[in-house]
Amino acid sequence: MTQRIEIRPRDGFGDPHADGTLTHIRELGIEGISAVRSARLFFITGEVSTEDATHIAERLLADPVSETFHVGSSPAGGAAVIEVHLQPGVMDPVAGSAESAIRDMGFDIHGVQTGRRYELPGDVSDAQRELIATRLLANPVIEDVFYEAHTPEETEGHEYELKVTDVPIRDLDDDGLMRLSKDGDLFLDLHEMQAIQNHYRQLGREPRDVELEMIAQTWSEHCVHKTFRSDVKVRNAAGEVVEEIPNLIKNTIFRATKELDKSWCLNVFEDNAGVIEFDADTAVCFKVETHNHPSAIEPYGGASTGIGGVIRDPLGTGLGARPIANTDVFCFGEPTMPLDDVPTGSLHPRRVMRGVVSGVRDYGNRMGIPTVNGAVYFDDRYVGNPLVFCGTAAVMPNEMAAKREPNPGDAIVVVGGRTGRDGIHGATFSSGELTHEHETEFSHAVQIGNAITEKKTLDCLLQAREKSLYSCITDCGAGGLSSAVGEMGEHTGATVHLDRVPLKYAGLSYAEIWISEAQERMVLAVPQENVEALLKLFAGEDVEATVIGTYGTDDTTLQLYYGEMQVGELEMAFLHEGLPRPHKDALWDPKASPTSAPPAKDDYSRTLLELLASPNIASKEWIIRQYDHEVQGGSVVKPLLGASADGPSDAAVVKPKLDTNRGVALACGMNPALGDLDPYHSALHAIDEALRNIVCVGGDLERTAVLDNFCWGNCNKPDRMGALVQAAKACYDGATVYGTPFVSGKDSLNNEFQTDDGQRIAIPPTLLVSAISIIPDVNWCVTADAKAAGNVLVLVGVTQGQLGGSHVLKVEGLQSGNDVPPVDPAANRETMKAVQRVLAAGFARACHDLSEGGLAVAAAELAFCGGLGVEIDPSKLPVTADFPDGQTGHACLARLFGESAGRFLLEVEPDKLRDAVETLGDVPSAEVGTVTDSGRVKIGGFIDVSIAEAKAAWQGTFDW
Amino acid sequence: MAKPKALVLRAAGTNCDRETQFALEQAGFQSERIHVFRLMENPATLGEFQFLVVPGGFSYGDDVSAGKILANQMFHRLAEPLNDFLAAGKLILGICNGFQVLIKSGLLPWGYVEPATAARDATLGWNDSGQFVDKWIHLSADSDTCAFLPKGEVIALPIAHGEGKFMTANADVLAKLCASDQLALRYVDADGNRTAAANPNGSVEDVAGICDPTGRVLGLMPHPERFIQTTQHPRWTRGGVARADGQMFFDNAFAYLTRS
Repeated sequence: MTQRIEIRPRDGFGDPHADGTLTHIRELGIEGISAVRSARLFFITGEVSTEDATHIAERLLADPVSETFHVGSSPAGGAAVIEVHLQPGVMDPVAGSAESAIRDMGFDIHGVQTGRRYELPGDVSDAQRELIATRLLANPVIEDVFYEAHTPEETEGHEYELKVTDVPIRDLDDDGLMRLSKDGDLFLDLHEMQAIQNHYRQLGREPRDVELEMIAQTWSEHCVHKTFRSDVKVRNAAGEVVEEIPNLIKNTIFRATKELDKSWCLNVFEDNAGVIEFDADTAVCFKVETHNHPSAIEPYGGASTGIGGVIRDPLGTGLGARPIANTDVFCFGEPTMPLDDVPTGSLHPRRVMRGVVSGVRDYGNRMGIPTVNGAVYFDDRYVGNPLVFCGTAAVMPNEMAAKREPNPGDAIVVVGGRTGRDGIHGATFSSGELTHEHETEFSHAVQIGNAITEKKTLDCLLQAREKSLYSCITDCGAGGLSSAVGEMGEHTGATVHLDRVPLKYAGLSYAEIWISEAQERMVLAVPQENVEALLKLFAGEDVEATVIGTYGTDDTTLQLYYGEMQVGELEMAFLHEGLPRPHKDALWDPKASPTSAPPAKDDYSRTLLELLASPNIASKEWIIRQYDHEVQGGSVVKPLLGASADGPSDAAVVKPKLDTNRGVALACGMNPALGDLDPYHSALHAIDEALRNIVCVGGDLERTAVLDNFCWGNCNKPDRMGALVQAAKACYDGATVYGTPFVSGKDSLNNEFQTDDGQRIAIPPTLLVSAISIIPDVNWCVTADAKAAGNVLVLVGVTQGQLGGSHVLKVEGLQSGNDVPPVDPAANRETMKAVQRVLAAGFARACHDLSEGGLAVAAAELAFCGGLGVEIDPSKLPVTADFPDGQTGHACLARLFGESAGRFLLEVEPDKLRDAVETLGDVPSAEVGTVTDSGRVKIGGFIDVSIAEAKAAWQGTFDW
Repeated sequence: MAKPKALVLRAAGTNCDRETQFALEQAGFQSERIHVFRLMENPATLGEFQFLVVPGGFSYGDDVSAGKILANQMFHRLAEPLNDFLAAGKLILGICNGFQVLIKSGLLPWGYVEPATAARDATLGWNDSGQFVDKWIHLSADSDTCAFLPKGEVIALPIAHGEGKFMTANADVLAKLCASDQLALRYVDADGNRTAAANPNGSVEDVAGICDPTGRVLGLMPHPERFIQTTQHPRWTRGGVARADGQMFFDNAFAYLTRS
């Protein structure tokens, strides 16, 4: 039987979550509800009497001080009721923990399910109730909604009966092949389907379903990056081929790293994360991933499994690294988008944002990894395709940094979570386009995370690593066991017994077990003599570890068994090398269209306040404070700092080892607004910004590596591909000139959304550049807050006249041309090196880079962050030779708000000014003003605002 | 004499154990991080230590409620050794999730584990904001009894919690805690004054930490192990951060145990 337990806040003890829900209901425009009452629901199945249930509720589930409970269902007293229950089979960590705690109390129960109940007294129509349920409280992808008390029946899993399925392919014509690709959700093109067909014709048999699934997963865009590895023909508008690039990534991003050949790069592009040297003993690795498509459908689950997934990457790099910091960068539709403008099949940007932030928060905080750096950008084209970038940096002993391979004979051991039907087809799904139908069609591709399972697994893995119990490790990410074992066993082959994989519930087919993307799993290669010790170690902390097979077959094939039956056999060579070499067509033929001259204005105070309040620039404190950014005790430069510890920070610095002063700086650069104006310079701006941020806190350009994350539209369309080529070329040019190698990267393409009326929304070309740098001594770190009145402000770098893509045009309501300020990496490198020398010598008290909103925003942030004023003369800025004449109109806008790269604002004590200027040498710089105690931001005669006003504008937008 | 030994208890979801161990060793302790399962297998292990620290984190994901499941294990499996530990005059410190564990196991406020009465009188519930919050706050040490911090100190520490609102079942409990000098730490502003704005979570009486009647068990929501080096302070680059306040908790515990 099932016992239902309702737990409610006791009168007088408050219910902040219900209060928050009421606020959100009012945001939907529903005013008739007077209050929200909430209850937590537990359903306990098994031989449990009402007295047992009462005992369990009293001693375990309800807080005796602040909560009351009721066994059974209580009347709603006339209020509208909404109950939200997780669908069967969806990961429910609370139920899992409650179940084991109830067993600890001595009760032999079958299981636990949970739910939430909301009672809405007041005037509410059925339609409003449904709107509240679907828009706010429940996600139909993973949850069921009931409008009355509901107690679920105990469900029994269906036992699986082995049925081996062959998929006829040898006799299909081209149409048949494409139909198979589409109907089977394989996302393969005709050439690829033909290659598979030829292979099986040679073998003289039809493929098994599991073989076809594995090929589709291994060859998916997500896993093999076909677009980036393709041979590209670039044409102009007249159709003439203007450039041919074989293997795009090899000739751009990889080539830069190869040419730079830095000795401190220990493991690049081959493994799950890029690894660089930290000190003589320790290496640090960094990986940034995207989890866009799942976050579009289920923001909370998508984002939490995004962070969960990227944490497993360093854990599966070399012999495994211990995470020290997370980063997160998001792109959403504008938070103010009217509800009616949200296309069918998409969620409102606010809801997506709240869900994504909660997902990263709940997973990252539980893992005990500080989330230290990030950014958020808004553009309405992200409405159907929000972007969620999650990064993890981690450390390991130097000698464990190299990529490993299993030895033939090693046991294949899967550790961590159990395998379920979650995430099936995630790899292929994420490689395709979203349509309004995907919300239901691919709901099974959504995974829900369980951070504590991952944390327990991490704890055990690090102990097993110390004891050298395994020879090789990788994560189960996209493609699940298929991908993990397939990659590890590429050169050895492997035999896997799929019936031995621990399952969450019965009924999974062998093919589902093989490709499931259930979370929190890692795969190890364990020498036979260590198997017993390894299994014991994991069992000792209640983490499942199971031997599922052996690496090494005589002919290096992959052999899949279910019981005694062979259910699949694949040649590793075909799997990994059989993919036809991809070709792409690109179009690139830009026409210059400069921004029209803006009208002249006398006063830009209001413009500055609007810029500070604009969503890209506004304070993200609402997000940052929800993240534990200080766990592990390593934080040196925090994401919020300054006189009242709530101002902006350029980059984060953490100490991975508390007993040394060496640090790691993490930063990012991104500018979606420039992406479709000029993808080449947009990419250089992203690199320049990431590096500027590193330099601002005291990082060393000579010991800085970068990561690329491309999120693009459908690259089968030549214009999108043309932009991608431009950005990739900029990555090569930027990396080689700045001297900062790319060490890892990832792409997420096909970020296009088809609405129900057939309209296509492609995201703007979006390149995230993340940078990691080594700080020799954190005691020399510098922050962006003004320190003392009387100090001199020195602007380093040259200001350009171009305004294309700048934020000021948007807040002024002006049209942007494509005249993005061109980036000069060679000159900017000299600027960065000079600033670095000034900081290293201790000649600057503050350093802030000029980015979104230009000089005025940087100066205002520096001022209110330090609780001080600034006075700046914009006519003193070093400008380019072709800079527009005069001090008003275009020239004024460019000086105050232009977004040229390679610029810094330094605060220097008067007695160190000479040293600082001398140290800057030939690099263009000028004394442009002073720090004052006036509490005002004054720039020429154009801006005069109080820091209180400026800060309020900056903080007000996301004061959620 | 031999260095006193500190046990850092860990369980599934504990995540502040390494930096807590670092703080303990910086204070002079010999220390070990031990999984609660090892302690349950061999409860006598506890007797080898003089100081038990239950560090921060999300034990068992804070599923059900913060700290509840680890507390459940403690009173079902470790009640006797814990009561013996305290009877022997030793020290216990619970930080953040550790405080939640101590209060839900009964070790706080009354200094003994008793499953039938545990957690009846006081609890830690959701912050008034309903949200997890990471920020720096100020505390004043208000108890003469507490072994970890002398009365009158005003210090800075970070908090990072969602369920840190201290509540008592009724006014009598609060009066009793007050009378027996157990309200050890209160949220204050930088000048040491109690104000509404200085209280980050809505705790009754601005309580950030309480001790048992002997002063040898302390639980607090803020994280002393996150301020054991001056560069951890958010304003260190502005100058004037001379002392890492959190280290005092560990230094004072060391002094207490080496003195007695």
